[in-house]
Amino acid sequence: MSTRLSTHGRLIDRSQTIKFTFNGKWMRGHPGDTLASALLANDQMLVGRSFKYHRPRGIVASGAEEPNALVNMGKGPTFEPNQRATTTELFDGLTATSQNHWPSLEFDVGEINASLSRFLPAGFYYKTFMYPRAFWKHVYEPFIRQSAGLGQAPKDRDADTYEHFYAFTDILVIGGGVAGLQAAKAAADSGAKVLLVEQSSAWGGRAMVDQVDSETVNDTPVDKFVEEITAELAAMPNVTMRLRMMGAGVYDHGYVLAYERLNDHQPDADGPRHRLWRIRAKQTITATGAIERPLSFAGNDVPGVMLASAVRDYVVNFGVSPGDRTVIATNNDDAYLTAIILKKAGLDVPRIIDARPEGGGALMEEAKALGIRVDLGRAIAKVKGSRRVTKVQICNQAGEGGVLDEVACDAVAMSGGWSPVVHLWSHCGGKLLWDEGHAMFRPDGDNPPRGASGEGFVRCAGIANGAMDLAAVIADAHEAGKAAAKEAGFTPKRSKAPAATSRADAALLPVWLMPQGAKTELRAKSWLDFQNDVKVTDVQLAAREGFESVEHTKRYTTLGMATDQGKLSNINGLAILSDALGQPIPATGTTTFRPPYTPISMGAIAGEARGEVFQPIRRTPMHDWHDANGADWEPVGHWRRPYAFVRPGESVEAAVMREVTNTRESIGLLDASTLGKLIVKGPDAGRFLDMLYTNMMSTLKPGRCRYGLMCTENGFLTDDGVVARIDEDTFLCHTTTGGADRIHAHMEEWLQTEWWDWKVYVANVTEQYAQVAVVGPKARKLLEKLGGMDVSADELPFMGWADGTIGGFACRVYRISFSGELSFEIAVKASDGQAFWDALMEAGSEFGIQPYGTECLHIMRAEKGFIMIGDETDGTVIPQDLGLDWAISKKKEDYLGKRAQERSHMTDPNRWKLVGLETVDGSVLPDGAYAVGPGKNANGQRNMIGRVTSTYHSPTLGRGIAMGLVQHGPDRMGEVLEFPGTDGKTYKAKIVSPIFYDPEGEKQNV
Amino acid sequence: MLMLECPYCGVTADETELSPGGEAHLTRFGPGASDDEFHDYLFMRENPKGVHFERWRHAYGCGKWFHAARATDTLEVFGTYPAQTTKPPQEILDKISAKRPGWTWRDLK
Ligand SMILES: [Zn+2]
Repeated sequence: MSTRLSTHGRLIDRSQTIKFTFNGKWMRGHPGDTLASALLANDQMLVGRSFKYHRPRGIVASGAEEPNALVNMGKGPTFEPNQRATTTELFDGLTATSQNHWPSLEFDVGEINASLSRFLPAGFYYKTFMYPRAFWKHVYEPFIRQSAGLGQAPKDRDADTYEHFYAFTDILVIGGGVAGLQAAKAAADSGAKVLLVEQSSAWGGRAMVDQVDSETVNDTPVDKFVEEITAELAAMPNVTMRLRMMGAGVYDHGYVLAYERLNDHQPDADGPRHRLWRIRAKQTITATGAIERPLSFAGNDVPGVMLASAVRDYVVNFGVSPGDRTVIATNNDDAYLTAIILKKAGLDVPRIIDARPEGGGALMEEAKALGIRVDLGRAIAKVKGSRRVTKVQICNQAGEGGVLDEVACDAVAMSGGWSPVVHLWSHCGGKLLWDEGHAMFRPDGDNPPRGASGEGFVRCAGIANGAMDLAAVIADAHEAGKAAAKEAGFTPKRSKAPAATSRADAALLPVWLMPQGAKTELRAKSWLDFQNDVKVTDVQLAAREGFESVEHTKRYTTLGMATDQGKLSNINGLAILSDALGQPIPATGTTTFRPPYTPISMGAIAGEARGEVFQPIRRTPMHDWHDANGADWEPVGHWRRPYAFVRPGESVEAAVMREVTNTRESIGLLDASTLGKLIVKGPDAGRFLDMLYTNMMSTLKPGRCRYGLMCTENGFLTDDGVVARIDEDTFLCHTTTGGADRIHAHMEEWLQTEWWDWKVYVANVTEQYAQVAVVGPKARKLLEKLGGMDVSADELPFMGWADGTIGGFACRVYRISFSGELSFEIAVKASDGQAFWDALMEAGSEFGIQPYGTECLHIMRAEKGFIMIGDETDGTVIPQDLGLDWAISKKKEDYLGKRAQERSHMTDPNRWKLVGLETVDGSVLPDGAYAVGPGKNANGQRNMIGRVTSTYHSPTLGRGIAMGLVQHGPDRMGEVLEFPGTDGKTYKAKIVSPIFYDPEGEKQNV
Repeated sequence: MLMLECPYCGVTADETELSPGGEAHLTRFGPGASDDEFHDYLFMRENPKGVHFERWRHAYGCGKWFHAARATDTLEVFGTYPAQTTKPPQEILDKISAKRPGWTWRDLK
């Protein structure tokens, strides 16, 4: 069993006991425990089920690389799945539940999958779920849905808060082990500003476990050295130190994301839970250590089989023994440390199984001297046990797995060597070298990620850089700190690295499979990826099926695609692949390392940008009035516009119909302030607008307005609006509501990058004005009642504009109409907007004035056959498709889009063209529905000959009206087309003119 | 995230302040151009692994368009310069030649 020891436990406070629950069961731990160490202290080795086969899984590791111990944490608004127990600090009242099992962790129905495992080989998603087609709905889909994903998605809104933090530093050091501390010290001694971050809650890293008793720095025990250097750094004003902060990703030009977990360990504390640091560092040092590799032997996933380093972490850091009798399996000297620590803690180590025929160095001798039996050249043939290790079978490493011996035990500590954590180095393009001696990839210092200067901006230090013993680690880190300081423009102190001891280890023997010639039945139980259930046989099968690229093999087998991103499995997996392909490991290479290093919370990514501050909302000066008067809001770009003004007891649809009828019969008021308003000014303004619009704008007379179309250089319609010429040099261009910023940028681009010698300025004055459309047959009466400027047809004719006053408000009045009614669009200072609106509403009451919203606007424009950018256009439509040839100047030699509109596809007579559509039965056509024609296309689908672009119920006409693009549409007037709907019905509509109402324009021109 | 110095306002701007504008130094073809010329102008772009000339706009800063000479493989920046020119300044070309002898881009070398 696993239990709490009476000795050891440097990180825990035994004077206090805290309580937590796992799967509803109350357990006890101490402050300083991780959830994983506390579970082990309570003999809870079984913590989850694997993804595919639902096999029982126990804790394997003690840090970020843990693949199995993922739990659901919290409840309700603090619920979060997939939390790693090994990096979760225990707190009083913690609640955790295991994942991926049903009905319970101990008895899982899905475990049946395991006996079917030979039917679920590599690529089974692609092979199994193909035929018969009928199986999809009732067999395959439920199976995949049940198997897919770990944990559950939270149902409640996250109650915690998060924030972003911007930091600028000369040197960022990631990793607070001895290497990181020494590198930070060497860098900081130059006077450079240093930020040092450590992902765990303590400084010192692995050295505090592995070297504390036996080794020294400057003749000082390692723990004392860590204490001293930490204090020295803390006293330096140019050094900032942060615990519980992980370097998550390294990006272009020295940008680094770091993830600080402020309150995960104290959920009741004030302040944000997580903080995402957005760091700009001149130089980054990654002192991120190394991760131990598992060994691939049959049954290496049985609960109780753990990494050797993790076993001693639990003993030394938390005073927890994972087992009473632990067998060690190794190919290197490091695992002997575990045996020695266990033995000295009074625990039983019945056997060390060392795959190396010659065995190890000094540590082996020390272990033997403690009375531990060491078997050389041996391997684990198989681990027995299902929910917990019961014994191991031993064989020759060189053989096929013939059992020579059996040893009863309840834990296995395995070590396949170490892999430097090169993730951060690799994120932005740092290259790797294969180190034959240690069988590992390490950073290639000659090929670092490069910054704007062309020089490297990341360097690695310590074990992360391939320095494998304490003396080398300290020396390497010292040099890295000095070099980074120099590169950042500082003068490092002339100093030597502190002298440290180094262990004389015997060479490691690369062991990718145990035993070397393991039979299929053993290989099929040898796990590479514990979370995703990928075995040695899966990778070998993928290779046989022709998957040679490591990236393809990864996706085919799902090796390394789980939430741990293959931190344990990747090197072993690609070694197996290389062997199967008969090529050296570096020829296979690694998969791409992508940020973040470990998953970071969505909350941290969002930061403060949630709720009201997620996206700023733009409000017109009359926004509050609309809100108080029944506005049903609609987002338009970043604006909010009233869709309709709904009266108490009225439906939105009824409100829209009322607004249309009222505007057509008496008078309506529209807040048009959101329309873009761009001032284009200068001696070349006319010439410039002639290039921007398809129309001729330079001939427009001051005091007049013209509707214009704007195309992109590839000919497609991008915006429209009314242009008013203010004076010889000045134009005011109206754009669509969503288009103002885009069209402003479009104008700037052409002015700055193509016609930079033209004398033109553009200013976006959209928000400087409130603009109100006064629309309807009684519009003039209202303005005359308010008094001021002459708004008669003679003085202010259709498509004219004039400055003046109305009701005492200084204003500019445009006689333009998007409704087909008599219409005045009146611009006043933004600060006068609400007062002007109030004056119109008050004076208009005797005429039956009502405000109207965007849907009423849409219906009225559709009744008139006016196009709407974004409805009739979608980025593939040219003005000619919409029958807008009248707005395209024939006289101009050039305008943006003109040459493109001459291309053969643009002049193809088969292009779909704008028509009106009238349903035969008066109903409303479904939006976006396609018209089908006779015959089928090359794919056997019905031919499509058109589609609906706008469709409404017209209260004016009492029927459904629509616009659409139809092949040869204008030549097919009167023809009835069929539009199959997604509701199974087929709608019939007749092709008519798109102008449904007042085709002669008599109503607007009065 | 790249950092580029805006040659107008002198700010060393983070990529979030900038908007990219594709390849620099395109020659516009309009009415009268052949189908091939216009097609190439609209669609054909360099895709180099190495030296490249790009357009950027200091969109959330001074609003000006500028050009950047940059290596797409190492992210090295050789220089930025105003957009009101049809070819890169000689000093930037010299700097690229010093760092990457034998480089080519369209008809530049
Ligand atoms: Zn600028």
